[in-house]
Amino acid sequence: MAGVNEVKTTKTNKTNTSNSIKKFLFDSSVPLLFIIICLAGVYFSELPLLFIMNTLLKRVTRNSFMVLSLIIPVIAGLGLNFGIVIGAMAGQFAIIAVTHFKISGFPGFMMCILLATPIAIIFGIFIAILLNRTKGQEMISSMIAGFFANGVYQFILLFLVGTLIPLRNPDLVLSRGIGIRNTIDLTTATGLKYSLDNVLWYPLFYVLAGIAALVIIVICIDYYLKRKKIPESIDNFKFITQLIITAAILAVSLYVIMTGSILINVKLPIITTLFIAALWWFNVSIMKTKMGQDFRTVGHDMEIAKISGVDVDRTRTIAMIISTVFAAWGQIIFLQNIGTLSTYGSHVSIATFSIAAILLGGASVTKATSGQAILGVILFHTLFIVSPKAGNNLFGDAQIGEFFRAFVSYGVIGVALGLHAWNKRVQAIRRRLDA
Amino acid sequence: MIEVIKKYLNMFGLPRLIITALFIGICITAIVIGLPVSLLASDVIRRFGMFGILALAMVPSIQSGTGPNFALPIGIICGLLGSLLTIEFGLTSPALGYGFISAVLISLPFAILSGWVYGILLNKIKGSEMLVATYTGFSIVSFMQIGWVTLPFTHPEMRWPIGQGLRVTVSLDSSFGEVLNRVWGFSISGVYIPTGLLLFFFGCCGLVWLFSRSKSGIEMNIAGANPKFAVASGINVDKNRVVGTILSTIIGAVGIIVYSLSFGYLQLYLAPLYMAFPAVAAVLIGGASTSKVKISHVLIGTFLFQGLLTVALPVANQMFPEGNLSEVLRMIVQNGIILYALTKMGGGV
Repeated sequence: MAGVNEVKTTKTNKTNTSNSIKKFLFDSSVPLLFIIICLAGVYFSELPLLFIMNTLLKRVTRNSFMVLSLIIPVIAGLGLNFGIVIGAMAGQFAIIAVTHFKISGFPGFMMCILLATPIAIIFGIFIAILLNRTKGQEMISSMIAGFFANGVYQFILLFLVGTLIPLRNPDLVLSRGIGIRNTIDLTTATGLKYSLDNVLWYPLFYVLAGIAALVIIVICIDYYLKRKKIPESIDNFKFITQLIITAAILAVSLYVIMTGSILINVKLPIITTLFIAALWWFNVSIMKTKMGQDFRTVGHDMEIAKISGVDVDRTRTIAMIISTVFAAWGQIIFLQNIGTLSTYGSHVSIATFSIAAILLGGASVTKATSGQAILGVILFHTLFIVSPKAGNNLFGDAQIGEFFRAFVSYGVIGVALGLHAWNKRVQAIRRRLDA
Repeated sequence: MIEVIKKYLNMFGLPRLIITALFIGICITAIVIGLPVSLLASDVIRRFGMFGILALAMVPSIQSGTGPNFALPIGIICGLLGSLLTIEFGLTSPALGYGFISAVLISLPFAILSGWVYGILLNKIKGSEMLVATYTGFSIVSFMQIGWVTLPFTHPEMRWPIGQGLRVTVSLDSSFGEVLNRVWGFSISGVYIPTGLLLFFFGCCGLVWLFSRSKSGIEMNIAGANPKFAVASGINVDKNRVVGTILSTIIGAVGIIVYSLSFGYLQLYLAPLYMAFPAVAAVLIGGASTSKVKISHVLIGTFLFQGLLTVALPVANQMFPEGNLSEVLRMIVQNGIILYALTKMGGGV
């Protein structure tokens, strides 16, 4: 699983192999530490592998989209976008509307996306206006904005629905006629449950084997071509690690398929995965456009960007809009898998969990890749699944595992933010000394 | 004429005006719909004294230049630890204020130590204090959740009768619950005045005010207001920031003890997680900014904010029996004022 990430993060420097290994170990010390913690957790939890795989796959496919929506603001220098909570609210507005109109299945899902997008664009513009007025304090501002928006969101759904907004649907509205119910069931015949996932399921290991085989062929051809044309650009370390990891994935998949292990029953929702892959591709390919370069310039230094003629505020606004829209879609994907919308709770902790996940994957406040996001989601959810049981087996109390998990989510964010601020300050002092 | 109005409006601040108007409006509504005024007034006064010290904790941190102390939960945890140890060791004799004095004294070393460590941390991350503070607070609270389960407390009033760990709320009935409220407490036409509580709160305000007049207080103020000037005049900025943080943590610890005392319960586990935000909002409503604060801001802000929340609760319940309108109001007012203060900070650090 981790292979996907390493393929992305290993730098293509022409350094020798041992240096590359050192750099790799240093750069990815956080994910490596948590890989060890997760493996220990899996071991001590004594949960069956099939259960872990199944739950993990479910959680990873429903959550990755949301976490991937964090990438662009990081590149554009806005830091970790706590405002995805507000995007998630846009998604929930859309889900409530679509549930009211009783559009089910895949059309219902697309309808949600269609409805959520304009709402999220407007929200994104609002957040961007705020963040452009609070430069240098973007993260705390987006976080407080999330809390504030939550108040407004509750006000609209609890007190305006049924009074100003005429909605008379006993499935949605509380019995007194004002306010949306606390939970909205999406599993009914006209509900949205699995509206995206159910389009197509396929056994995970078939997919993995196919992809791994394809990747091996591609990197071998790439290596062969490079060796003929530009031998100096060859990175042996990168090539070998890539090869070993993909080969390992292929071998494991083939082993599972050949032995007819029960793991074969682990199924992957193909279309959901394609959505995630598409966002990954989008995050990578936008960086090759003019827009992407602007993001990078603004993220690097707003002053320099301004001098070189980039409209800083506009670029930041676009980054926020993109992130908010994707967060809205991410929330829809998340909820169609969960099957119940907890009207006043589903979105609340989304930002903390997503940000903790991406940081576990090795991202920082100024640098994040899609690979780190996915690896982070895998690690975070492994921790989520195993820690109550591991806590129970180790300390005789499941609570301790859960508290540990909560501590990790807050702690990893705290440490990452602290390190970033420290680093920023050290650099500022150095610059002053140089000048 | 319009110029003059604009000037005063700017001085008073639009959000403060809105909140004041809201408070007066809700008070009038309460009278119109016939809620018992004397009960409401007693409640407002009690909440004012109960919450004030937590808001007061913002003063030294803002004055020393570290901004509003979003890491207030650190102080809160120290205060809770002090109270728990007091009950555990049974230091609840009347001479010790039924445990109030001992709780404050026990929490002091914890608060000084953690404030000192946290102050050093804050010096490393100048410019991002608020964000890091928020997550430091969150981390400490979630870490102490493990602590509340595993720490070897034995007192039966605090532990779950079956299972592991401390209760979610620990009653203070048998120790220092409401002791301050009852000192010289009296009623005027149905309005109960918790004299001891108010005196203690004003006393704390007076101490902080006195400190800010002292030599070290003035130094701290200069270090916070203009670090470059402070360095030029030979003031150790980093040291003063640490002092401010320690003071803020201590006041936070005392604040939660007074809060719990008046509330009647210690709230453990997730309760302290968001406690910093109303305290920050209170001083901001009172007229403070992220870099300037006066004691009067604490008094006005706490009265307005807590008064608003206290009166809004029964009024909202009358109008919308289901759904928590006053909670929604709290979220909007509290976070709105913090956002407003953030936009006034001026971009770039």
